Amino acid sequence: MKTKTGIEKAGIGRVETQYYTFASGSRGFTLENGEKLSPVTLAYETYGKLNTEKSNAILILHALTGDAHVAGFHDEDKDPGWWDDMVGPGRAFDTDKYFVVCSNVLGGCTGSIGPSSINPATGRPYGADFPMISIGDMVNAQIQLIDHLGINSLLSVAGGSMGGMQVLEWMFSHSDRIRSAIPVSTTMRHSPQQIAFNEVGRQAIMADPKWNEGNYYEKSAPSRGLAVARMIGHITYMSDKSMTEKFGRRLKDDKKPFKFTADFEVEGYLHYRGKRFVGRFDANSYLYITKAIDYFDASKGKKPQQVLSGSNTKVLVIAFKSDWLYPAYQTQEIVRACKLAGLDTTYCEIASDYGHDAFLLETEEETHLIKYFLERVYNGKVTEKHSD
Amino acid sequence: MISSKDIEYNLISTLVKTGASVLDLGCGSGDLLARLKREKNINKAQGIEIDELAIYKCVEKGLSVFHGDIDTGLAEYEDKSFDYVILNQSFQQVKKPDQVLEEALRVGREVIVGFPNFAYFTARYHLALCGRAPITRSLPYEWYDTPNIHFLSIADFIYYCRHRKIKIIKSYYINKNKQIKIFPNLRALVGIFLITK
Repeated sequence: MKTKTGIEKAGIGRVETQYYTFASGSRGFTLENGEKLSPVTLAYETYGKLNTEKSNAILILHALTGDAHVAGFHDEDKDPGWWDDMVGPGRAFDTDKYFVVCSNVLGGCTGSIGPSSINPATGRPYGADFPMISIGDMVNAQIQLIDHLGINSLLSVAGGSMGGMQVLEWMFSHSDRIRSAIPVSTTMRHSPQQIAFNEVGRQAIMADPKWNEGNYYEKSAPSRGLAVARMIGHITYMSDKSMTEKFGRRLKDDKKPFKFTADFEVEGYLHYRGKRFVGRFDANSYLYITKAIDYFDASKGKKPQQVLSGSNTKVLVIAFKSDWLYPAYQTQEIVRACKLAGLDTTYCEIASDYGHDAFLLETEEETHLIKYFLERVYNGKVTEKHSD
Repeated sequence: MISSKDIEYNLISTLVKTGASVLDLGCGSGDLLARLKREKNINKAQGIEIDELAIYKCVEKGLSVFHGDIDTGLAEYEDKSFDYVILNQSFQQVKKPDQVLEEALRVGREVIVGFPNFAYFTARYHLALCGRAPITRSLPYEWYDTPNIHFLSIADFIYYCRHRKIKIIKSYYINKNKQIKIFPNLRALVGIFLITK
């Protein structure tokens, strides 16, 4: 990470993904809809050291297409994890002080159980036989993981977008296991507009004949459909301004003589993003996880302030001005509920032009907020610092 | 040397009871709130501030703060949610001071208001004799770049409170680094009031 003073701070270095398998017995892991999964494997990574009191553990939660690899480098990779600027020695989630865990979600395709995993009953991938999962199920699986790691109470849970929804699920349903929460660029429930965008993505996948009702693992994957879903996603992750700055109306140099080629740079970019995505993500996982997001309701139909009241969670809520996928007014609803419930809450709306992507990019501002917030939660007192 | 800001904070600090809860509207960088938290063992301290950079400074000081507008930020609080609501040097900057003060009096058991006195004698001189918009120590801005959008005097505020049946529990008047007791509307740069309804 480059700081303002230009000093390069060493990151976390080389890391490895770990796996925890549980619920192998006949009881299995019961999902919110009553169905069962057995066994369940979660991919996760840890950084830093758990102290003897086990009071310094932080769980980081990823967005729709993220994974457990939040920081550091895997052997074969040139790029670090997805929030590397935020996690490491001296960074916002300071691994010299805290024990940081990042878990891949249930339903995913990067090491945890999901529709592409082998169904022990058939010996073949689950495909569309995989049960519907919820954000609540993802968090219940994370609870198994932190139990396994011997952590009773998390110092904090943090994440953006769908990661923020998991943070809210912890806040609303498991406040006895956390001391603080950092929901970023997220909402307590999807608006019809947000559901609509996800539905177009899902329809793109299902309209691809290769999807084949979800049974494609032995043949070829519905890459065209998944790429289109990703393209729609990318439009919603950027802002009008960031697109204008990045592409303008510039045309690509390698224009081919055909009417409907991707002539504009922005078209080329979306194609590139779509193409890259299909190499690393499973179409069925995309369907299952976006459904989980759409059905999420943090307070489960109740008044959010009623559910939150009585909890002692300290909350830091962050939104970004140009984010139109998870606009600040939705994030402010979380703040409002916390306020009404009497929770110790801080809210900041960071000025940024990056749209929803800002939560991954504006790490300097986030670092400032998260670092001091965590210090206060960890030390339990005001930092004696005078700025003027 | 003690600054006028120090004496303002000293006096406000004497108005706040130990162990109380405080909501600071327009808390800026959080200097006052952090000080109260430290000296008065505040059990709940919350700030509201519109400026993003000031939010970072508050968080550095370990304060809880909402990034937002104080014209609209109070509606969600229940009656008497805080022992004190503070409007220090922000009162003259809100769009609707009348409504904000009413809300502050609803949300807080007591309200502390601090504002620059527009009837300070040099301000009168600027306006009456030079025919120019006044610039004083407590109103240091040019007319074109001032954050202040309402101009009131100590006498205005006292009249207003009487009119609205707001009880003034205590008042302090300050010029530079000392308190003013005689002819405050002429001689004080800043007025600080502890009020309730």
